[in-house]
Amino acid sequence: MHLDEKIWLTLSFGMIMAFMVITGYQTFALEMGPPSNNELIDPQKVDETAPFNEPGIKQIGENEYEVVMTLQVFSFNPMDIEVPAGSTVHFTLTSKDVVHGFEIAGTNVNAMVMPGHIQKITQKFDEPGKYLVLCNEYCGAGHQVMSTTITVK
Amino acid sequence: MIKSPLKSKVDSRDGKLAMAHLYVAFIALLVGGLAGLLQVLVRSGKFQLPAGIGYYQILTVHGVVLGLVLTTFFIMGFQLSVVSKTAGTFTGKQRTVGWIGFWIMTIGTIAAAVMILLNKASVLYTFYAPLQAHFIFYLGLTLVVVGSWTVGAAIIMKYAEWRRANPGQQSPLLTFMALVNTLMWIVATIGVAATVLIQLLPWSLGWVDTVNVAVSRTLFWYFGHPLVYFWLLPAYMVWYAIIPKIIGGKIFSDSLARMSFILFLLFSIPVGFHHQLLEPGIDAAWKFLQVVLTFAVVIPSLMTAFSLFASFETFGRSKGAKGLFGWLKKLPWGDARFTVPFIGMVAFIPAGAGGIVNASHQMNQVIHNTIWVTGHFHLTVATAVVLTFFGAAFWLVPHLTGRKLTKKMNKLALIQGSLWAIGMTFMSGAMHAAGLLGAPRRSAFSDYGGSAQAAEWIPYQIAQAVGGSILFIAIILMLYIFINLAFFAPKGEQEFPVGEALHPEEKAPMVFENWKLWLGITVLLILFAYTIPFIDLIQNAPPGSKGFKLW
Repeated sequence: MHLDEKIWLTLSFGMIMAFMVITGYQTFALEMGPPSNNELIDPQKVDETAPFNEPGIKQIGENEYEVVMTLQVFSFNPMDIEVPAGSTVHFTLTSKDVVHGFEIAGTNVNAMVMPGHIQKITQKFDEPGKYLVLCNEYCGAGHQVMSTTITVK
Repeated sequence: MIKSPLKSKVDSRDGKLAMAHLYVAFIALLVGGLAGLLQVLVRSGKFQLPAGIGYYQILTVHGVVLGLVLTTFFIMGFQLSVVSKTAGTFTGKQRTVGWIGFWIMTIGTIAAAVMILLNKASVLYTFYAPLQAHFIFYLGLTLVVVGSWTVGAAIIMKYAEWRRANPGQQSPLLTFMALVNTLMWIVATIGVAATVLIQLLPWSLGWVDTVNVAVSRTLFWYFGHPLVYFWLLPAYMVWYAIIPKIIGGKIFSDSLARMSFILFLLFSIPVGFHHQLLEPGIDAAWKFLQVVLTFAVVIPSLMTAFSLFASFETFGRSKGAKGLFGWLKKLPWGDARFTVPFIGMVAFIPAGAGGIVNASHQMNQVIHNTIWVTGHFHLTVATAVVLTFFGAAFWLVPHLTGRKLTKKMNKLALIQGSLWAIGMTFMSGAMHAAGLLGAPRRSAFSDYGGSAQAAEWIPYQIAQAVGGSILFIAIILMLYIFINLAFFAPKGEQEFPVGEALHPEEKAPMVFENWKLWLGITVLLILFAYTIPFIDLIQNAPPGSKGFKLW
């Protein structure tokens, strides 16, 4: 093998190994892995199943909130949430119909919400402002109007 | 040194079969390109679709027609040509199998297209359940896949015949590469065939009430990522084995090229979870395993990059180039057969880097389902791959039709490639930038209730419309060139360039042709990456989902 080729392949392998180590360290040591909750629900009976029989926001600690939310064509329930700056918010999500996406623009909150599955994701809101929440998985003719807001005061 | 039956010209009967595929591919380019133009115009916010046509209907046309039809038909036509050229003319039986495959694919395409146009299948090309299309849409896509297997069978039969006739010898490089891509395609499409035949068809026919959504997504993405390598490998064939001949150089290393193709066969399939990183129901550890395998598939691409630029540099220096980059000046920039694919190669550098971001487990969360992803694959498939296909068409079409690429057409082809580069820089660049700000992909125009954040995305959407319009002009130019080369260019002999190795005495080890070994490892890797999480998705399944028609 050519010397330059050896150098190139060594650098390539080294770079790729570094990527593997960094993503692995973040996932397993820093618990930054992607949202992968594993709880099931009957998608036909979301309204009768706890906790989704009472969607809404609940304070569960100092600066800590739980939001139980259903996604359905083409809305979120509850809509227009408000939390104080510095709050940590735990979202518990499911879909009542097709696959939806749960994205809060300007944050790293981004998760797939699938019928039959309960998805969970947590975010700390430090910066005050009005955040756009939108569905980022095609869900039908009104997909582009499926949005709401989170106001951080 | 092997004496392969390298005829100067592809047999005209094989040429007809290949051209039939290319006609369908370029019709698809027109239809899909028009759909793409309408999409960028709608998303600019300045234009509305007439006559009650839905944005998502147009988007389904764009994805299916360009992502599945244009690519599959072009690739099959191209691979039939290179196999006929390097392994010899197809036998009558093999060619008949090829024609049967072509017609199955074409009938499937028409069936799926009719359902999309009747607005019975606005489910996008990923057709995620529980959105439910008309069963004929699923049936049509199944026929496209089955037809592609049939065309693939012709290639496999030709390869087997060549090996029998040349015992103990390595197969011609381009035939070997076409075979690897065919085998990879067959293994990969089993996933999409399984979800369509076992899940979606019975469900859309009303034979079963519900569908397991997570299983169908997993089977789709088992197919969905190798699909992108199925697009890429023919471009790599051109880059490795054809471009060196066009510039007047040699293939840097025949063995390196074969090894990188084998690595693609092994590693491009067990990586589908990196499209599902944000989904519930799959453990983060299994996702991470497939992220690691995804990183592994970067290696053969980095090997390819080295090999290409090494062959360019070797050629430039043989022409007396001096200094670190003097060899660049020696390359034939006036030859569209080189320059247009070269633009594609350059685009693949940011495209590949963006791909690593997408695959990187947590970084994926920043860009998942944003228009960044659309920007990414418009650099990979819609620039690197497609410009290489166009570059190949500039010699392949006249070669097959007994015509010549004239100076005038060559000049137009160079303009076409440059327009593509300019249009795509605007469109893909703006997509990447807006995606980082959070703008979603696959959405019609929306101001999201007057959101200040969404207002920031609109200038980028206008830039996308400008870029997309330039790209549409480039498509029209390409179609003009194609029609000229197919029907009007002067009669003559256009060379079919096939590169030779720099060191032909260095034979690639025969182990590369041991398909039991490579397919065995491929299957083992797939079982390793998928068995446990897949069984888990079936055993711990939620009650299924009924179908929804929401468009």
